Amino acid sequence: MSDELYKEIILEHWKDPHHYGILKKADIDVTEMNELCGDEIRVMVKLNQGKIEGFSFVVRGCSIAKAGGSILSDLVIGKKILDVKKITPEKFLKEIGVEFTPARTKCALLAYSTLQKAI
Amino acid sequence: MAQTNFNPLKIKKDFPIFKNNPGIVYLDSTASSQKPQIVIDAVTNYYEKYYAPIHRGLYGLAQKSTDMYENARQKVAKFINAENEEIVFTGNASEAINLSAYGWARKFLKKGDVIVLTEMEHHSNIIPWIMIKKKCGVELFYLPYDKDLRLDYKKLFSSKIDLKRIKLVTITHASNVLGTINPVKEIIRYYKNKGIKAKFLVDGAQSIPHIKIDVKDIDCDFFAFSSHKMLGPSGVGVLYAKKEILEEMDPLFFGGQMIKIVTKESATWADIPARFEVGTGRKEAVIGLGAAVDYLEKTGLKNIEKHENELTKYGLKLFKKFEKYIDLYGPKTPENRLSVFSFNFKDIHAHDSADILNRSKVCVRSGHHCAQVLMKCLDVIATARASLYLYNTKEDLDKLGSAFEEVIKIFKLQ
Ligand SMILES: Cc1ncc(COP(=O)(O)O)c(C=O)c1O
Repeated sequence: MSDELYKEIILEHWKDPHHYGILKKADIDVTEMNELCGDEIRVMVKLNQGKIEGFSFVVRGCSIAKAGGSILSDLVIGKKILDVKKITPEKFLKEIGVEFTPARTKCALLAYSTLQKAI
Repeated sequence: MAQTNFNPLKIKKDFPIFKNNPGIVYLDSTASSQKPQIVIDAVTNYYEKYYAPIHRGLYGLAQKSTDMYENARQKVAKFINAENEEIVFTGNASEAINLSAYGWARKFLKKGDVIVLTEMEHHSNIIPWIMIKKKCGVELFYLPYDKDLRLDYKKLFSSKIDLKRIKLVTITHASNVLGTINPVKEIIRYYKNKGIKAKFLVDGAQSIPHIKIDVKDIDCDFFAFSSHKMLGPSGVGVLYAKKEILEEMDPLFFGGQMIKIVTKESATWADIPARFEVGTGRKEAVIGLGAAVDYLEKTGLKNIEKHENELTKYGLKLFKKFEKYIDLYGPKTPENRLSVFSFNFKDIHAHDSADILNRSKVCVRSGHHCAQVLMKCLDVIATARASLYLYNTKEDLDKLGSAFEEVIKIFKLQ
């Protein structure tokens, strides 16, 4: 049995997600659903002069969706919106560094897709 | 005649899927069952030896094909103690319920009428009634369940509903999430004795694979089910309705096969049940369903029920053992209960546990199981679900237990 999917990185972010919670006075505050499994994510972003100054999220979903949000937060905070837009799904998945099955790729990209759609 | 000695290991051998997927632990029969060789053979034989259109040709092969099709209808009718003309073939249970909604309810219900349903219904027995509510202005009343997740059908009488306004009561015979078997016969009798003059629909999608059905004994007006959950092929389902109800119902689809006389401006309808079966029939699926009925009768539903009840008891013990880690959503007692176990590891999403179980070749479902109303009542977004059928064994449940240990290990649960 391989533990590839549930590598330490996923479990650590799942237990202790970064930037998890409500961001007050956010400029962007969107909620999206993954229809396949009913997972729900709320993504909040604070913008300042074309940059992502603050990011937080709350998720009702699986460990991979949660870890995806956590890893995304570390990646995008402080970055220019234009640069964030340039991050492709493939690039983001590489950042996580875990091989996902097609069904779980959707979970991993839940936060990412929500953010890209909103900006 | 039913077999007297039921041996689950022998039963498993009747299902080629297990030979072709060694080691697989199939625990998703509530979604769809596996098929025994005789059902597969019935479909193949029909294609290889008897295939021809039905209800049309005068030549021998077409006649044989028609006989086989109508013979399957007889088998199904006998299986549930109905008359042949009370069996309408539809695409599945969902279409059967829609036929009763649009063919009957839409014609006869009006503003102010009430439809009673339950919080444990599948979407297929909710959405058609929401549509009827939108179209006819009826009200919907949902019966709740009690602490042991059994239907609290007497709650109706402490509600503010005017009993005279109730025109339809529609209840699932068994919950696809909780495993609860609802005592539909007692419920119908109880409601009728209290003066409720409604029609009664039973969603039998989850009961007919497991327990003996007698529609006359239950005394329901409609009974809906799907072939694919009871060992038969996909693509066919059944709406049973009492003859006098079918006679007054409107057809839903129009075209070939459902007519008597057609002119440029008008048409008259064929007799029941043909009136509700538009176009070319689902021949191979219907014939396969007939073979599935044969198989169930030969095996004996009493035997199946007894075997599955043993599995339910064993399963409940397993979940008891893991109760520190796992919440089980369903009755904790084995009576009137299917071997269906919806569960969640505390704090762990159903997708995570299902994914880990899958690595031990344990196939369970995860998600909302087409029961979002129930999910909301249970206050969960999703559950994992292990569901068993006649070919499952205690060893399968042992493997589920070992796979649980893996989840505990990977997520480092204390
Ligand atoms: C209780 C119940 N009713 C209806 C259905 C719908 O069956 P089908 O999808 O075959 O139409 C299901 C299927 O899961 C079910 O469990």
